[in-house]
Amino acid sequence: MGDLAAALIAVGEAIIKNKQYLTDLDSAIGDGDHGLNMARGFEAVVVKLKTGTMIQEVGAIMKLVGMTLISTVGGASGPLYGTAFLRAAVPSAGKEVIDGQTALLMFQAAIKGIKDRGKASRGEKTMLDALEPAQDAFQKTFEAGKSLPECLHAACDAAQQGIEFTKTIIATKGRASYLGERSLGHQDPGATSSFIMLQALTQFCDGSKEAV
Amino acid sequence: MVGIVLVSHHVKIAEGIKELAAQMAMPDLKIIAAGGLEDGSIGTDALRISEAVREAQTDAGVVILADLGSAVMSSETALEFLDEEVRRNVKIADAPIVEGAVAAVVQASIGGTVDEVLAAAEGARDLHKC
Repeated sequence: MGDLAAALIAVGEAIIKNKQYLTDLDSAIGDGDHGLNMARGFEAVVVKLKTGTMIQEVGAIMKLVGMTLISTVGGASGPLYGTAFLRAAVPSAGKEVIDGQTALLMFQAAIKGIKDRGKASRGEKTMLDALEPAQDAFQKTFEAGKSLPECLHAACDAAQQGIEFTKTIIATKGRASYLGERSLGHQDPGATSSFIMLQALTQFCDGSKEAV
Repeated sequence: MVGIVLVSHHVKIAEGIKELAAQMAMPDLKIIAAGGLEDGSIGTDALRISEAVREAQTDAGVVILADLGSAVMSSETALEFLDEEVRRNVKIADAPIVEGAVAAVVQASIGGTVDEVLAAAEGARDLHKC
């Protein structure tokens, strides 16, 4: 596997590095297992990507990541992120390089998957509050004719603002919804893990001259 | 007979409910527990659940009972891994897992259809205890 596997390993390592941070965020408003669950899932992903056979096809790599997350994360983020990767495998099937157009389609398919699976929408203090603005920013930047790394930077900035936004709203989905108004002031752990993944991907692309 | 799949975050909860419900079951009723992750940690695993559904599968279909949060989401994900003709006859019950499992097992044991077993499980939501 080439650059994509390396990029996804970087994403996985960023999640693993932030295990405690994500767990602390989740302990404040949830059941405190988000970091632990995500790190367990991505440890399995990293092992598979490092020891995997020479898969070059983007769709197959996305499927491998999705299936691994689905069976190892354990919490709701498993089926959510797992479905996101599985759905992203559809527009990238048969491709060996991801261009801007494919990346946009993958991003859109992934977020649609998360919405379908979680029956959630923006404004409910979930990962979608980081991901949807990120997708919009990505699309706008892409349509303005910018490069893939520039699109990723725009997405990343939007996701970060999305995290800030989650501090100002009450959770109505997931475990945090039990807290009602007490969830105010806290940033959403799922939005944060989404941002961490986007940020790692963006940093990887900055360091690599070619597109993943 | 309709097969029953029990999905819990904890392997012991799924196994325990299986034992409890089996007391009310016909001997050849398939009740499959899909609790926890492969390594025994707390959580739900869509692949384990889809395997359990295949194991519970009969011509009559399968009803899944699930506990909290991601158990339902993982069960819904598991359905996507099944063939269309299998999936058509698999239902996820919107029911409390213990009471729903017992009600479902009783209905399945007397030869209920998948919709009847589903209704029996979901009827457990209205059971008053005191």
